[in-house]
Amino acid sequence: MTILPDRYAARLADARDRYRRLGDRPGAIGLWALIAALFLWAAIFQTQLFVVGMIVGSVLALGAMGLTLVFGILRFANFAHGDTMMLGSYIAYLLFTGTVVGSQANIDTDIGISLDQLPGATSKLGDLSFGYGLLIAIVLAGVAMALFSIALDRLVYRRLRRRNSSIVIFAMAALGVAFSTRALMMIIWGPDPRRYVSGIHLAQHYPLDIVLKTDQIFIFVVALALALLLYILLFHMKLGKAMRAMADNADLALVSGINTDRIIIWTWAIGGGLMAIAGGLLAIQASLKPDLGFGLILPLFAATILGGIGKPQGAFIGAMVVGVTQEVSVEFFSAGYKPAVAFVILILILLLRPRGLFGTTS
Amino acid sequence: MTAVLEATGIVAGYGEVEILHGVSVSIGQGEMVAVIGPNGAGKSTLLKAMFGLIPTSSGRVQLNGTDITNQPPDRIVARGMSYVPQTENVFPSLSINENLEMGGFTRSDGLSDRLERVYTLFPDLTNRRGDSAGKLSGGQRQMLALARALMLDPDVLLLDEPSASLSPKMVESLFEKIGEINSSGTAILLVEQNAKEALSLSDRAYVLATGENRLDGDAKGMLESEDMARLYLGE
Amino acid sequence: MRTGRLITPVTLLAVTLLIVIIPAERSGWKLSLDTGVIPFLAAFLTTVGIYSIFTLALNVQWGYTGVFNFGVAAFFMVGAYTGAIFSVGPADPDSSLRYVGGFGDVFSPPFLDSEQWLPFIVATLAAGIASGLLALLLALPTLRLREDYLAITTLGVAELLRRVVIQEDGLVNGSRSMIGIPSPLSGYFSADTQRFVDLAIVVVLVAIVFLVVERSIRSPWGRVLRGLKEDEVAVAASGKNVFSFKMQGFVMGAVIMGMGGAIFAFNRGSIGPTTFEHFFATFLIWAMLIVGGSGNNWGAIAGAYVVWGLWTTTLQLNGYDLPDILRSRIFFMRDFLVGALIVIVLLLRPQGLVPEERRVSSWLDRQMRHQRKKPPEPAAAPES
Repeated sequence: MTILPDRYAARLADARDRYRRLGDRPGAIGLWALIAALFLWAAIFQTQLFVVGMIVGSVLALGAMGLTLVFGILRFANFAHGDTMMLGSYIAYLLFTGTVVGSQANIDTDIGISLDQLPGATSKLGDLSFGYGLLIAIVLAGVAMALFSIALDRLVYRRLRRRNSSIVIFAMAALGVAFSTRALMMIIWGPDPRRYVSGIHLAQHYPLDIVLKTDQIFIFVVALALALLLYILLFHMKLGKAMRAMADNADLALVSGINTDRIIIWTWAIGGGLMAIAGGLLAIQASLKPDLGFGLILPLFAATILGGIGKPQGAFIGAMVVGVTQEVSVEFFSAGYKPAVAFVILILILLLRPRGLFGTTS
Repeated sequence: MTAVLEATGIVAGYGEVEILHGVSVSIGQGEMVAVIGPNGAGKSTLLKAMFGLIPTSSGRVQLNGTDITNQPPDRIVARGMSYVPQTENVFPSLSINENLEMGGFTRSDGLSDRLERVYTLFPDLTNRRGDSAGKLSGGQRQMLALARALMLDPDVLLLDEPSASLSPKMVESLFEKIGEINSSGTAILLVEQNAKEALSLSDRAYVLATGENRLDGDAKGMLESEDMARLYLGE
Repeated sequence: MRTGRLITPVTLLAVTLLIVIIPAERSGWKLSLDTGVIPFLAAFLTTVGIYSIFTLALNVQWGYTGVFNFGVAAFFMVGAYTGAIFSVGPADPDSSLRYVGGFGDVFSPPFLDSEQWLPFIVATLAAGIASGLLALLLALPTLRLREDYLAITTLGVAELLRRVVIQEDGLVNGSRSMIGIPSPLSGYFSADTQRFVDLAIVVVLVAIVFLVVERSIRSPWGRVLRGLKEDEVAVAASGKNVFSFKMQGFVMGAVIMGMGGAIFAFNRGSIGPTTFEHFFATFLIWAMLIVGGSGNNWGAIAGAYVVWGLWTTTLQLNGYDLPDILRSRIFFMRDFLVGALIVIVLLLRPQGLVPEERRVSSWLDRQMRHQRKKPPEPAAAPES
């Protein structure tokens, strides 16, 4: 290969070396700068979409933080995360309304016991569109999905782990779980969209021409509070530190005397709980539909990879980026392309910096 | 002398590939024992088998008189044995302090006392407590890895080629530190490629070859033996 | 072990019985070429054949090269639409059909009298090329990264392309579907006979694909591919360019998938964005390969047969007078079972119905030995 004269080739190699010596810095700084610029620009010129994007992002973040923990600690791409998130929101629906599809399609039936029968459970809390019954239902759904996730691990993933299956087999099994979960929701609740609470819920006007429903503010606050709790767990509690250690180096965690099996159970419990609550919050402002879950996979993975696999703080920022970009994109492209935005972000990050914001290895 | 750690007739390997065909070693209280041998002799595999990281299909490992064969590593750590892998032996994204905390994971009491003790032993780490371990140099990483393994004040420490990929100067101070740890009463089983250094530091040594015991005896004696020199010390 | 060996014949037999008995019973046990079980079987086998093309292609990617494609739908879809616009004539401005291309006439000038076959050959090749190009484009940024990154990327691109089809209305008629795609040789036969012609065409194509894949896999080139799946490091150590070989395996699979997509389009006559949803166009094909046994071409075909057999059986069951609670849910139940089937096979019989053949380890060992035989690099100065 003598395309370049030696002199220039040497100079080029020199420049490349010099660039390499800068290490990881330019990529990281560039990416952070890009994100800062995006946020700044959106906040100033597209304030309304920016705010809505942050709200969407905060809910995505709950899902993505669970996904990145599983990805980092168990080392496989859990393609079922979106569908199980949806299942979580349906479980909250079931607990709250007690409604399932009856013996004929399109005709609902009531299982007879539900949280909305509690006294005053449906009377609206302040400006919110729902009462305390729904909140209890969502919390209980979180517990249910934590248990569901642990059970699934015992039943499927642990067996694969013991057999030292490749990450591809794990991902395949997860895809199987994803499709089965979605079919299960179809069987129980049918394909038609459902809502937690019917009726019109008016938006309020805020300074800077921002129009928001009180529900949206509630969602944002809850999502942020949960993210903060997760941060405290991961950075200030022994269990969380062990989770981070395992995401860093699972073999060394084992050698250090960390009971990795127990950490895995906790990872599923936390991931499962978060995904159910995220699903519930998502369904408060939109609707429930079994096939919405699969559409969440790309935004969740884009957020996870953008943040760096196994880094919940990265997933949080990644989810915000995905949320804001998705909403702002509506100004420039048809809304039908909204789901494709996450994919474009994903491709860009894989091209520019596959390890993401916080990732240590590529 | 009573043995702290005694492995007899260990047969182990990866999957269907058997690497160790019945290896025995024993370490007395507070002793420093080197395991040397050519590449592929099964030195690292021996450590992994004793530490429960790979299944032992035959043979027995005893720690302070208790059978720990095929026990999970967290139990072994709790019983007083620690292990420092050859590479990737720190958690890069955790801070130094957190790395040490992970070393003491199995016990919840007296964390701050143990941290202070370890920091006194490794003063260089003290003022970098909050830095992430990924920022440390190769030598500092080995020190942190040692420190992590000492968090529970183990009776026995297994070291897998601690000097690999370090500069000669770093090797010297590392071995110095290992000697210091040993003289404070911790028995050490040291697997080394760098046989001469290891022998000069140790009380006794085992020579492994192709997964079997080849020789054992007094370390100083081995260092002076001509056969040894020719066969294993590359002279 | 004995029961293990029986699983394959018993499964094949059971599926065969299911797909013969139910339509036979429903048509009153009459044998006729026009109605009942025979035309049903012809249509069934045609579909199995088309799916076999996909499973064989996926087998090249996953079974032999170890490249992880979770977006079969993307290649399937690109192939199908390319096949369609190369086999139909230009869009009639008066109709509501709108699409680009319509090269069917271009490749069949009247003097050749070839409009019954030539456009289809061109369309199939074009479909393969388009799909192969897509693979090349996707693999460049992702093939060097972790295996599952390619999985996520392909999954994403399948969704993106589906979006494009729906949004860009004039491209391939949007969500209203491309309709009226002709099938090869259809002018020569009656509608009843055509299904047997279709079957014959598909059988010939499957045979060709099968032979091509088998031949390439057994060639020195194919041995490197299989070595890659088994031990990438060893292959790299023997001086082979791992990236380039992975790329070749991935693109080859994609080309076959694209061609399969074109055949599918001819066979169906109409395709729309819903045809290429993940479940139907990616997951089902994976289920077939996993059930059949990846790394074995017979397994790929057996899997297509068994899974499609179970799939159609549930359709057939729906013809009976089922209780309401089942009738309204039978398709969802089928989807659930296919999802569960994958997990169950992965857990209980990871090798599938037809296990992988002898590994290429002996070849790898030879390569490694060959490496060692080379004179060692002059060692660095001895330590002492």
